[in-house]
Amino acid sequence: MTVRVYVSRDASALALGAEETAAALASAARLKGQDIELVRVGSRGMVWLEPLVEVEVAGRRIGYGPVTAEGVAGLIEAGLLAGAAHPLRLGVVDELPFMARQERLTFARVGLIDPVDLDAYLAHGGYEGLRRALALPGAQIVQQVTDSGLRGRGGAAFPTGIKWKTVHDQPAGQKYVVCNADEGDSGTFSDRMLMEGDPFCLIEGMTIAGIAVGATQGYIYLRAEYPHAQVALNEAIAVARRRGHLGRDVLGSGKTFELEVRMGAGAYICGEETSLLESLEGKRAEVRFRPPLPAIKGLFGRPTIINNVISLASVPVILARGAAFYRDYGMGRSRGTLPIQLAGNIRHGGLVEKAFGVTLRELLYDFGGGSASGRPLRAVQVGGPLGAYIPESQFDVQLDYEAFTAIGALVGHGGIVAFDDTVDMARMARYALEFCAVESCGKCTPCRIGSTRGVEVMDRIMRAGTERAADLKLLEDLCDTMQYGSLCGLGGMTPFPVMSALKHFPEDFSKNR
Amino acid sequence: MADFDAQGLATVDRIVAGHADQPGALLPILHGIQQEFGYIPREAVPRIATGLNLSRAEVHGVISFYHYFRQHAPGRHVLQLCRAEACQAVGCEATEAHARQRLGVDYHGTSADGKFTLEAAYCLGNCAAGPSAMIDNKLYGRVTPERLDELLRQWAALQ
Repeated sequence: MTVRVYVSRDASALALGAEETAAALASAARLKGQDIELVRVGSRGMVWLEPLVEVEVAGRRIGYGPVTAEGVAGLIEAGLLAGAAHPLRLGVVDELPFMARQERLTFARVGLIDPVDLDAYLAHGGYEGLRRALALPGAQIVQQVTDSGLRGRGGAAFPTGIKWKTVHDQPAGQKYVVCNADEGDSGTFSDRMLMEGDPFCLIEGMTIAGIAVGATQGYIYLRAEYPHAQVALNEAIAVARRRGHLGRDVLGSGKTFELEVRMGAGAYICGEETSLLESLEGKRAEVRFRPPLPAIKGLFGRPTIINNVISLASVPVILARGAAFYRDYGMGRSRGTLPIQLAGNIRHGGLVEKAFGVTLRELLYDFGGGSASGRPLRAVQVGGPLGAYIPESQFDVQLDYEAFTAIGALVGHGGIVAFDDTVDMARMARYALEFCAVESCGKCTPCRIGSTRGVEVMDRIMRAGTERAADLKLLEDLCDTMQYGSLCGLGGMTPFPVMSALKHFPEDFSKNR
Repeated sequence: MADFDAQGLATVDRIVAGHADQPGALLPILHGIQQEFGYIPREAVPRIATGLNLSRAEVHGVISFYHYFRQHAPGRHVLQLCRAEACQAVGCEATEAHARQRLGVDYHGTSADGKFTLEAAYCLGNCAAGPSAMIDNKLYGRVTPERLDELLRQWAALQ
């Protein structure tokens, strides 16, 4: 009997040797005369267990991990293909506490299925949302998204339905759907995991968006650092087109939706939507003045929906299960779920999808298992390089856009980077300014010049024998100018990590180095 | 490959023509050229400008804006090291210092033997398994200085 074995093709799993493990499994099984069907899947999100090998036994998937190529022969000998006992045997993967405590709506299929197998996608509820959408007038599709309470998952948390309605209400003519897949924030990888692990979900979400507002062309603007996602998306788009889920007659509806992946070129600023549009048009990615909004004058001057990967990938489940189903998760004005990424110095790093309302402490300790180094956690940065540093005393904050704003922090794209007590927060503040200087598009002065001057001030603060008090005052002034005078979030939010580090960890700013 | 001759120019023209009908064609063209030559040769700029009806300054402005596009030929392999926060939290500075010392260059430099060009990356999306590195298009996790030595040895042996 053929045994089905699952190994990830996710970039993080490959970075830890999944390709070599898969090859070793194939040859060890051959030697043993055992027939196996090797299915390459996305990642379950338990990165510390990668390469994870799952074996299907009596309809259940038993996990072993981490399995290196060198360890494969021994595991096969021990009876891995029958799900036998072994120190690396984890048990039924769905029942592991890390998995069982999650609420996976957007990531429901990631890690379960072959990402480019359309039949597997369909068998797991795929394209249900689009089928329902095709039976509705555009305005009602938009209404569903509005009613779900979905807010932009890229970081700005702007209500997705309002963006869609604005585009929907523009006069007919060429409109576009653009997916912002320029996931540049450190500590975030949910976009990548979704695109590599369930690309059809993003394709379906974009198709629904196009049908809803009358846009016939979509672009996925993907960062150059994600070659694996590029491969997965292009494979999936080709299959969807061949099978009539994309193209001139989407599922026989007579409606057109075309989709193309465009590669970025290593500019963090392209995560800002107007600079992304400039880049798609083939220009320097300088931020545009607003108004006009992209929803009115976006790509090539036409009405454009521009949404993050996770926002668009959350649309299929909203349409398939109804707005109320999605809205019932969450707290306050933060509805639904958020795919959270645990990164940095954390024992159990990876992806956790939970309804809003979970606390930072639960995420860091119950899911994350504390620091990887075994030392106490001292600070976490949530929301990427423009997110605030949060001290241990605030770990009980609930994941909620408004609760985070109230403590001067932001949820952003849901990336959480953990640091143990060896971190030097003055260096992290300096790095935030240095990063801003490297990535500034140069259009506005507070960001372009302020970031460079900020690095210089930090260098003085960190040195002995300087006028530290005066320099700290200068740093605050500079941050104030950047925050209120910059054209976009890069210059405008770089002060968050800097000032939060200073506020919560002042002792690090008075040390001589 | 590095020598830019009539054949090289013909290749550039072919790439430009292949994208001429695409809206916003400049980035796809630059990607195509860099994939072919490893960088964007100076000689390609006027051909792209003519093909897209842009000024040379505009084309140069775009090339120089994006970190990914290089204007000089790189070494045989490009080593990118992530220096973002999540990798800093697990000690990427030690890997960075080791790479600089091993290769004898700073960021954007190419080792004297021409084998590796060192580049900084600001997140490779592998933040739960850092420090992260990428050699050409292959991603690696938990790259300690010792692991980096091993990788450099393997890649240096490749042709």
